Amino acid sequence: MNESQIKELKKYSTILRKHIIEEVFSAQSGHPGGSLSCADILTVLYFKEMRVDPKNPKWEDRDRFVLSKGHCSPALYAALAEKGFFPKEELVKFRKIDSFLEGHPSMRYVPGVDMSTGSLGQGISTAVGMAIAGKLDNKDYNVFTILGDGEIQEGQVWEAFMAAAHYKLDNLIAFLDHNGLQIDGKISEVMSPEPVVDKIKAFGWHVIVIDGHDFEQIVNAIDEAKKTKGKPTMIIAETIKGKGVSFMENQAGWHGSAPNKEQRDTAIAELDAVLAGLEV
Amino acid sequence: MSKGIATREAYGNALAEIGADPRIVVLDADLSKSTKTDVFKKQYPERFINMGIAESNMMAVAAGIASCGKIVFASTFAMFAAGRAFEQVRNSICYPALNVKIGATHAGLTVGEDGASHQSIEDIALMRSVPNMTVISPADGVEARLATIAAAKIDGPVYLRFSRMTSPILFDENTYKFEVGKGVTLTEGNDVTIIATGYMVSEAINAVEMLKSEGISARLINIHTIKPIDKDIIINAAKETGAIVTCEEHNVFGGLGSAVAEVLVENYPVPVRMVGVRDKFGKSGKAQDVMKLYGLTAENIVAKAKEVIAMKKA
Repeated sequence: MNESQIKELKKYSTILRKHIIEEVFSAQSGHPGGSLSCADILTVLYFKEMRVDPKNPKWEDRDRFVLSKGHCSPALYAALAEKGFFPKEELVKFRKIDSFLEGHPSMRYVPGVDMSTGSLGQGISTAVGMAIAGKLDNKDYNVFTILGDGEIQEGQVWEAFMAAAHYKLDNLIAFLDHNGLQIDGKISEVMSPEPVVDKIKAFGWHVIVIDGHDFEQIVNAIDEAKKTKGKPTMIIAETIKGKGVSFMENQAGWHGSAPNKEQRDTAIAELDAVLAGLEV
Repeated sequence: MSKGIATREAYGNALAEIGADPRIVVLDADLSKSTKTDVFKKQYPERFINMGIAESNMMAVAAGIASCGKIVFASTFAMFAAGRAFEQVRNSICYPALNVKIGATHAGLTVGEDGASHQSIEDIALMRSVPNMTVISPADGVEARLATIAAAKIDGPVYLRFSRMTSPILFDENTYKFEVGKGVTLTEGNDVTIIATGYMVSEAINAVEMLKSEGISARLINIHTIKPIDKDIIINAAKETGAIVTCEEHNVFGGLGSAVAEVLVENYPVPVRMVGVRDKFGKSGKAQDVMKLYGLTAENIVAKAKEVIAMKKA
């Protein structure tokens, strides 16, 4: 990637972060921390990697995406709206009674959402199912998913890991959003899933560890995953919860709480400053 | 009556029968010899996927495959399909209304020797409480086959409840009409209506004969589709016979009896007696011995019918 491509991705990811803040602020509920930590991955997926068509959301040859950590819907909705799946004006209706933007994503209501998620641990299994279907039909689409690092405390995730390796699902590319925090605190203190690299390798996956906020590393890891045959790939993305909003970074408290007006203004000002810097 | 067949066996055979449709994919959790999905597997190995002993994962994988345009049958014992994987069925299959059919075998007490840990008496209650789910409980092999074929034609989730035990063939495969959501009047009668589902239909047929010999005219209705339930046939029975006995191989809490009572209290209340498991866990034993111990017999249906007729007159 050249510098202007990276700049373009940075611009999109900053716009997604602004949407995330506005969504959660207008709803006065939702999950900003984990949405911000996976925003750069979603940016690469929707604005560089994935074969999708906003005019034909159910296109059968599209790449699929499953947000296994479904509570980070603000990030997914931001990406879908920015990509053109639905009007951006809808975003501020997030979680409201007259909106289709449910607290957790619903494939029945939201164009571009490939699977309803929200109950942790189930999304990865549905992604395994989509990858199996792709193999059955000899389709060349890939299935992407993002898991939370707290989410992998769910036993079902390991059932899914086992199945994905057993069926050699090299069309499945998963990200672990490894931000180190869950609702009750550090994952290392609540219930450590470490060592995640060794464990997931032992489950038969190809594992790549990257900085989840470095666009070049994200893109390269996806390229490597696509070239890896005979096994699924897990990209362990080292990330910062709340990334991009100074006072939210590395704070478990911002897992599931909304900013007040002043905090919202501060966050938007910070992100606008980033955007202004990119225009120079 | 011709020789019997377990409804699970009719299910496996039916899957193979409709298996030429390339959209059909069958999943199992290491029980294909018991659930009889191995019949499909032999004919269509490329569309049979063993998910191992991991039912929660299997149900969500089924959802993922279905989201790509397939008709997925996911099979395991009722205990694990509706019990262990309840929330996967609820959130990954029913909430998005995906095209997954759950073939749940070994339901109820007739599992027999395996005992309480495997005797699912809660699955009807669990499955009918979830929006978008259709719940079908066939009475014999003929109905099990037709239910499987019908389920494949429904666009959405279906729970199919099958038994382990060989049971009598009750219906004529050439003439029996099966329609999802429509109860079937097997015998006309005026004094009381017996409403049964699953294996209990065959006990109820015997009960009707026993009542007849005592001069009591009992109507018999087979409710194969517990959800959506046939309200009209139940309300008409209440109006015309004034008393109802329900029969199911399931806890009386939340099953067929509850479903029938829900219809009656909102529309046409009449006295009801329920034959079913009285909120107790099962136990090991020969299937017929277990059924007898828990009162799931023609004799008990007869006794309850007399009770409810007396209530009507009181």
